[in-house]
Amino acid sequence: MQDAMSSFVVTLIKGAIALNFALVIAAALVYLERRISAWMQYRIGPNRVGPFGLLQPLADVLKLYTKEDVVPYNANRAFHRLAPLISIAVALSILCVITPASYLLLEDGTKLFIAVAPNVNVGFLLILALTSIGVYGITLAGWSSNNKYSLMGGLRSSAQMISYELAMGLAAVAALMLSGSLDMNQIIASQANGRWNIWFQPLGFVIFLVASFAETNRAPFDLPEAEPELVGGYHTEYSGMKFGLFYLAEYANMFTASAVMTTLYLGGYDLPLVPQLLGVQEGTLPRVLLELATFFGKVSVLLFFFIWVRWTLPRFRYDQLMNLGWRVLLPLGLVNIIITGAIVFFVR
Amino acid sequence: MNVTTNTRAQRMNFWEKLYLPEIAKGLALTFKTMFRPKLTRQYPEERWEPLGSYRGRPVLVLEEDGERCVACGLCSRVCPALAIEVQAAETDRDKERYPSKFEINMLRCIYCGLCEEVCPEEAIVMSKDYDIVFHSQEEAIFGKDKLLVPIARLQERLEFLRQYK
Repeated sequence: MQDAMSSFVVTLIKGAIALNFALVIAAALVYLERRISAWMQYRIGPNRVGPFGLLQPLADVLKLYTKEDVVPYNANRAFHRLAPLISIAVALSILCVITPASYLLLEDGTKLFIAVAPNVNVGFLLILALTSIGVYGITLAGWSSNNKYSLMGGLRSSAQMISYELAMGLAAVAALMLSGSLDMNQIIASQANGRWNIWFQPLGFVIFLVASFAETNRAPFDLPEAEPELVGGYHTEYSGMKFGLFYLAEYANMFTASAVMTTLYLGGYDLPLVPQLLGVQEGTLPRVLLELATFFGKVSVLLFFFIWVRWTLPRFRYDQLMNLGWRVLLPLGLVNIIITGAIVFFVR
Repeated sequence: MNVTTNTRAQRMNFWEKLYLPEIAKGLALTFKTMFRPKLTRQYPEERWEPLGSYRGRPVLVLEEDGERCVACGLCSRVCPALAIEVQAAETDRDKERYPSKFEINMLRCIYCGLCEEVCPEEAIVMSKDYDIVFHSQEEAIFGKDKLLVPIARLQERLEFLRQYK
C-alpha cells in the first residue's frame, strides 16, 4: 500500500512537470514560429513585448483570455465545449510515454525513471492509439459548430488522419522490427552508440516524417484549416481560449511528434562517445542532464524543421494529398517492410 | 476533346517528379533567406523621410511677416472632397487680405494636391507628414494653428514645385 502510494505521488509529480514543460514548449514554439517565419520573409517578427519579444506568447494568451467566448446559436454546446479539450488532452497525454532520459540511480539502489510512465511494454502502440483519438477533437469541433466550412475541415481531417496513419504505422513497423520491442526504453537501448534507426531506415524515416506532418495538420498538409477555402476550417467558430486550446494543441502535437521521431529514428537520448569521453556513469545526475540535453537538442532540430517546411511549401490540393498518401507512401511503406523483414530474417 | 499532350507534368524530368530534390531546393532558399538583411523598418523609432515629391498633409506656408495666403478661396473651390473652408478678412499689410479662418477637414482630405496646384501664391503646399492621427471627429478638423508651418521647413517641396509644376 505504502509502495503504491509513493509511486502514485512520484508519477503525479512527474506528470505535472511534463505537462508544464510541454505547455511552456508549446508557448515558446508559437514565438519561434512567428520569429522564424518572419526571418524567412525578410521581416523581423515580434520583438516588442519583453526582451527580444520573448513575452509575446504571454501577451497572446492574456488577450485570448479577455476575449468574448462566442458559441454559435445552433451549435451543439456540449460537444462544442468538449472538442478543444479532447484535442489538448490527447496531445498532452502522449507525453506520458516519451522517454527524454534513462534513469537516475537513487541512494537506496532503486532506479528513478525519468519518463512519466516508464517501461510500458506497449509504449509505441499507445502513441499510435492516442494520436488516432486526437482526430475526434477536430472532427467533433467541425461537426458541433454547425458551420459547413467547419464540418468540411473536420471531415478532411479525419480522412487525412486515416490515410496517413496507415503509412505512419507501416513505417514504424519496419523500425520496430529492428528494435524488436514496443517499449520506448528498449527502442532507445537498441539504438545505443550511434546505431540509430535512421541509418538503416532512411526511407522509413522519410515516410514517417511526411506522415507526421499530416498527422499534426501542419503545412503542407494543413487542409483541415485551409484558410483560403475553409475560412478557418474546424476552428472557425471558436473564439477566446477555446481557440487558444486548439492552437496550443497543434504545437503540443508538433512537440510530441518530434519526440516520437527522435525516439524511433534518431536514437532518443543516445549520444555516441560523448558520455564515455566525459566519463559520466549511467544513472548519475550529470549523465541524466546530458541525456536530457541530447534528447531536447534532437527534438528542437525536428521542431525547427517543422516550422521551416511550413514556411517553404505551399499547401497540397486535396486529391494530391490522397494520391501521396495512398499511392506513394503506402506502397513505399509496404516495400520498406518487406525489404527490412527479409534483411532481418536472413542476416540475423 | 481535351488535348493533354506535352503538359507541364509530362515535361518534368525524373528528379522533379520525385519532388524531394525540389523540396530540398526550396528549403535551402528559405534557409538562406533567414540570414539576409531584413526589410522591416522599426517604425516609431526609425522614420521614413519622404522626398520633396511626396504628397502628405496639406499645410499653409508661414513667412516671417505672417501667412502667405490671401484667402482667394480657389483651393476651397477646387477641392474635390470639399474639405477646405476659407473665410477672408482685410489686413493692413501689402497683400490686403488674409484668411481669418482656414480649416481643412482631414477626414475628408484625399491628398490629391489640387489645392496646391491651383494656389496662385504658392501658399498651400503638401508637406511630408504622413502619420496623421486623431481621437475624435472634432479633432480631425485642422485650423490655422495646426496648418501654418514655417517656410524653412517646406523648402524641399517649394523647390520641387518650382522645378516640376
